Amino acid sequence: MDQHQRTYEVMYIVRPDLAEEETERVISTVESGATAAGLTVKNVERMGKRRLAYKVRKFQDGLYVLLTVEGAGGAVAELERRLRVAESVIKYITVRVDEEQKRLAKIKKIRDSKVRQRPQTAEAATGSEPAPATA
Amino acid sequence: MADEEKKEVTTSGEAPEAAAPASPAAPSAPAPRHYGRGPGGPGGRRPGGPGGRPGGRGEGGPRKFFRRKKVCKFCVEKIDSINYKDVRLLQQFVAERGKIVPRRLTGVCTPHQRRLTAAIKQARNIALLPFAARY
Repeated sequence: MDQHQRTYEVMYIVRPDLAEEETERVISTVESGATAAGLTVKNVERMGKRRLAYKVRKFQDGLYVLLTVEGAGGAVAELERRLRVAESVIKYITVRVDEEQKRLAKIKKIRDSKVRQRPQTAEAATGSEPAPATA
Repeated sequence: MADEEKKEVTTSGEAPEAAAPASPAAPSAPAPRHYGRGPGGPGGRRPGGPGGRPGGRGEGGPRKFFRRKKVCKFCVEKIDSINYKDVRLLQQFVAERGKIVPRRLTGVCTPHQRRLTAAIKQARNIALLPFAARY
């Protein structure tokens, strides 16, 4: 069933009271855990320390890390299991992004083709397109 | 807010609509920054529902209150992706207590409100937005 290669974003929060190298270790552990689960790690982005909107395990802030992976759904479930077990990861969320990316690419394509159709108006405004003449 | 309402977008040439339900100073209601475009946003806004305030009526006589027609911020500014990571954007559509502001107040069109709601809920799950602001 889970043969489809899909792109997911896994955002997780590492507890803030760890030392620098400790945090690094957690992040690399998660990364290798993802690989072990059968996922391809596309990108790891540290989003830095942020204040949490509410307390999580009695922590007021947390270190946000965004992990972009590609692989099957079952592998993501395995990665989530690992995150749940990991003591220093206090929260995580997985979002499937490939459908959204596809949708955005489609919109962009449509928009680009429109721009090409009437280049003179497109030049006038890049951010906000002028109202169509009919209006 | 009253000043802003004067700046009604009349580029559309449409007659001002009948009383949209009053938006009593929604603190998080977005103020679209530019009105580059006339009508044509998908879905768009709709005239006030049957629940309009009695004071806002008066379609026959001259209108005393000039209510700015609400437009969907996402359609106007052509924001394609409503992402849960974009806290700054989502925060505009969350009331002080952390509630999602209804479409009726913000003017967001249905497809975008749907995406917005999903994004806000995801953001809540990862502690980027509060479920409920504490007091």
